[in-house]
Amino acid sequence: MQRLAPYLQVAPLTLILGVFLVVPVTMIVLVSFWSYDEFDIYPDLILDNYQWILTSPVTWSLYLKTLYYALVTWAITLLIGFTISWYLVFHVKNLIWQIGLFLLCTVPFWTSNVIRMISWIPFLGREGIFNQALMGAGLTGEPLEFLLFSDFAVILAYVHLFTLFMIVPIFNSMARIDPTLIEAAVDGGARPWQVVFEVVLPLCKTGIALGSIFVIALVMGDFVVVRTMSGGQSATVASAMMNEIALLQYPTAAAGATILLVVVTLMVAAILRVVDVRRELAG
Amino acid sequence: MASNRDSNGGKTGAAQGSGGLTRRRLLQTSAATAGAAVGSGLVTGFPTVWSQKLKDVTLLHVGSSYSAIIDIARQASQDLGFKIEMQSVNGDALVNRVVTQPSTVDIADLEYWAVRKVWPRGVLQGIETAKIGRWDKISPLFTQGKYPDGREVTLEGTAPYEVQYTEEKEGNRFAAGPTDHATLLPQIYNADTLGIRPDLIGRPIESWSELLNPDFAGKVALVDIPSIGIMDVAMALEAKGEMTYADKGNMTKEEIDKTIAALIDLKRQGHFRAFWNSFDQSVNLMASGEVMIQSMWSPAVTAVRTRGIDCQYVALKEGYRAWAAGLGLMRHLDGLKLEAAYEYMNWYLSGWQGAFIARQGYYTPVLETTKAAMAPDEWGYWYMGEKAEEPVKDPYGNVMEKAGAVRDGGSYEQRMGNIACWNTVMDENVYMVRKWNEFISA
Repeated sequence: MQRLAPYLQVAPLTLILGVFLVVPVTMIVLVSFWSYDEFDIYPDLILDNYQWILTSPVTWSLYLKTLYYALVTWAITLLIGFTISWYLVFHVKNLIWQIGLFLLCTVPFWTSNVIRMISWIPFLGREGIFNQALMGAGLTGEPLEFLLFSDFAVILAYVHLFTLFMIVPIFNSMARIDPTLIEAAVDGGARPWQVVFEVVLPLCKTGIALGSIFVIALVMGDFVVVRTMSGGQSATVASAMMNEIALLQYPTAAAGATILLVVVTLMVAAILRVVDVRRELAG
Repeated sequence: MASNRDSNGGKTGAAQGSGGLTRRRLLQTSAATAGAAVGSGLVTGFPTVWSQKLKDVTLLHVGSSYSAIIDIARQASQDLGFKIEMQSVNGDALVNRVVTQPSTVDIADLEYWAVRKVWPRGVLQGIETAKIGRWDKISPLFTQGKYPDGREVTLEGTAPYEVQYTEEKEGNRFAAGPTDHATLLPQIYNADTLGIRPDLIGRPIESWSELLNPDFAGKVALVDIPSIGIMDVAMALEAKGEMTYADKGNMTKEEIDKTIAALIDLKRQGHFRAFWNSFDQSVNLMASGEVMIQSMWSPAVTAVRTRGIDCQYVALKEGYRAWAAGLGLMRHLDGLKLEAAYEYMNWYLSGWQGAFIARQGYYTPVLETTKAAMAPDEWGYWYMGEKAEEPVKDPYGNVMEKAGAVRDGGSYEQRMGNIACWNTVMDENVYMVRKWNEFISA
């Protein structure tokens, strides 16, 4: 019984990971080697699906676009996440206020993703509120068209949707910083920017790493936001998979998914290589 | 329509406890309306036990949002005495569901281009035309591939007639001409064209070529359903004289390459404002003034107009891009459920549904029952292209046009009699969609 206990303890997690992670991922990888015709898919072991994806210029331009979105969104959410956390942790002294303001950050997330995204459309449109306000104030004569159905709109929506995923882990790790450490740094003659970059930032590495993983993984896998906010003018890697599924070409979509999985895993691995999250968390 | 009212009465009677009798009366009524010769088979073929149990049957009808409308299911359940449930799933997801999870669907409500993909997969069973009382009343567009006046209908794209019949009940091939088994029971169809904002454009639009006119740069939208979007563009390119196609509905790789190259050029010049893939997106693009000319569906035009914004579904000289949808029987249906499904299909052609969808601008395969189920003034507006004497109402009774309005494009014969191509999937579909993706990511 004594020897069984650890196995029993680990069983639920193993079961969940097995059923919801290992089995589906294995299936996807398996199917990616299958062949298909217009009407069915057949068990097989072919590399055509990968060959087609890897040699298609569309794939490369989609990856470039997706990475562009991911990096820009990452940089902006990081900046916002870091500054908001900074404010909450170091400027708001009262704990009640701190928690209250933190919860306030989450309020927009009580509404659905779709609503938060779609509500930008009437706001940014050619005859939208923002353009009318600009023209009303005499700042522009013509409505600004880049506001909607553009990369700007896509990134705006990503930032709006995903910033919280950056705020939470950064806030969490920043809140653990002992304030006396900063006093010590200042007393030791550190300039304000040195406090930020040489004291606080390194101590927030874990939070930043976790937030980055969330944001990058979310953007890399998205196809809904990009569709809606670009007005169908842009596509991401996942959009291509959607199109293939629509054509009942599951093997190609599975190959695309496998490649994306590898790419995202590599990105996460790179992040984890820079920051040893496990050690930092334990510490 | 009278027979429907009778069967409503029958339903009430059943609730009071004389189930068997009213059930039989209902069957007789529907059989009588279904036409004596074939319809009689429905009645005699039914063991009494079945007819009693029929009311326990539930049929799941899965279709697109514009055709699987819950009001139709409600009315059918009321008239037929058994339960019809409806689910709406759009576009490719619908085809996916029917093909990969056939047992989760009883009645598949598909467009004809989809049946071209779905039928060979062996998930549907042939509909015995002998069991469809009004089969011979169905528009010859479906049953013979001809206009009512005898002219041949274009076969560009997937003309319903090409995939209407099948050799055998459970086969996977199509038949070249009429047989005893149909793939789908025709139920709605329409002629699509471009939607415009006449107030913003300020001049008449008469040709598909206007879709690509640089005057409208940055104010044009296209439907992002590759198989349909490319046809709209092909209509425009052909009208401009820049391309000629042997069959717009079945382009060669070379034709696809040239068309997509032209599209990428236009996209780089900022010609398109957006690409939409759902009904509401197309409505919002038009209503908000983001675009002034775009691919559009008839009810979307109506939706823009009900907001008080001028929107026109223009008749273009090159003709319309037509589409049609029908009901398919899933292969797993048998026994009582199958009989119920046939009853349901016969109900579809009995008038109520035809009148309902006519009010959102769609046509029905059996004109006479629909005509009987509509007020003469409504029939005049929707089908005859006549001036409406009274305000025109949508299916839900909301006023959508003032008295005196005339339908864009005119009568059924003018609109449905000028088909340039049909919605389709091409033989080179896979290649085409890949090229389309290039265009979208360009």
